[in-house]
Amino acid sequence: MKEYQNTLSIGALEEGFVLDHIEAGHAMTIYRYLKLGKLDCTVAIIKNAVSSKMGRKDIIKVACPVDYLDLDVLGFIDHNITVDVIKDGKIIDKKHLTLPKQVTNVISCKNPRCITSIEQGLDQIFVLADPENRLYRCRYCEEKWDGILKK
Amino acid sequence: MGIRHLMSPLDFSVEETEKLLDLAQDIEQHRDRYSHICDGKRIATLFYEPSTRTRLSFEAAMMNLGGKVLGFHSESSSSATKGESVADTIRIVSCYADIAAMRHPKEGAPLVASLKSGIPVINAGDGGHQHPTQTLTDMLTIRSLKGRLGNLRIGLCGDLKFGRTVHSLIESLSRYEGISFVLISPEELRVPSYVRNGMRAKGIPFEEVVRLDKDTMSGLDVLYMTRVQKERFFNEADYVRMKDFYILDREKMLVAPEDMIVLHPLPRVNEIAVDVDDDPRACYFRQAQYGVYARMALILTLLGIEVKK
Repeated sequence: MKEYQNTLSIGALEEGFVLDHIEAGHAMTIYRYLKLGKLDCTVAIIKNAVSSKMGRKDIIKVACPVDYLDLDVLGFIDHNITVDVIKDGKIIDKKHLTLPKQVTNVISCKNPRCITSIEQGLDQIFVLADPENRLYRCRYCEEKWDGILKK
Repeated sequence: MGIRHLMSPLDFSVEETEKLLDLAQDIEQHRDRYSHICDGKRIATLFYEPSTRTRLSFEAAMMNLGGKVLGFHSESSSSATKGESVADTIRIVSCYADIAAMRHPKEGAPLVASLKSGIPVINAGDGGHQHPTQTLTDMLTIRSLKGRLGNLRIGLCGDLKFGRTVHSLIESLSRYEGISFVLISPEELRVPSYVRNGMRAKGIPFEEVVRLDKDTMSGLDVLYMTRVQKERFFNEADYVRMKDFYILDREKMLVAPEDMIVLHPLPRVNEIAVDVDDDPRACYFRQAQYGVYARMALILTLLGIEVKK
């Protein structure tokens, strides 16, 4: 049986940003939460790329200015992802992700007893309660959030 | 200064709590001094679920201060049945009253109200989340009857998992020196891990036991009994299995310390036998009286009204 070569070349990015070191298998989750589907620029999703550090990883390349990227949302999902800003085919900046103090309308509270389950027009707000353990709690009912990326 | 609300007992610092409890004790001792201090003021009691005790306590508190009361006592008698949001309701009520007390089955509802309110909002219980005026009541009762809030060994018995009064009381008393807890519950109703971790982080000594017996009660200054609340269970079978796990009766009181007071947020069902009621250590009905003083002090504090002594 033919062995498939585990490499694939994707064209270099002239201008835009690269999300690197995404845990393998999570690129589409990141794509959805960052609403990259709404952009009308080129987006390349690379799954299961070989990584010396992680074994396997996902990468997303986006050919649009980095201003379109919500760093808070990305930091909330996984602050270990690296963001390389590309101009003229070269990395000109690396954005460092931090845990945002709060995120609004990114995730929804799953507590059926929470007021967010019935009140119309209420923002879904989660507040960073314990930075050490990356623990977020619903602003209203204080239910904890277990994280988007399930291990 | 902006409008002050009360959502959680920890909204008040230790100093603010002590000041409020001092005021409550002054109210207890000088009722006449406060009987007209809120003339012309109104409290709206917005109760989306039934609660005889808490609602009447708020209403009695405002009437004792000379103020008036308006409101509703169930969701079915409010505009919520027409689909009105909590945010809209409080905006309207802000036009009719000077302060509001809200009970709601959904957790965080009073917080939503406070964000849109033009008047102070008091959380009068939101689901299994917070019930700060019960905590103030408990603290006032303990301080009045034991003379202090520090250096106490507190036993908490019953539903320690869903019992919000227990969680709030632990967090509030953990701010005082020399506090230790004995947590008495069936395995399934132990305190949530965040409460346990909170005590550990603050270095508060505590032990968890299943039996309510002489050894457990030995050295207790306060025994705080709680009801297993049917409304907190999704499964009827679990409730039936747990509801009569603890019954404090005269026989058990015979082996309890002579200076141990028994408290209960009420209503009680079977967890305290009626033959305990006449025991001088049974203080749960006095606790209800202290609840009125605590709420009177809270109303004055949030309205920024000071009495001239």
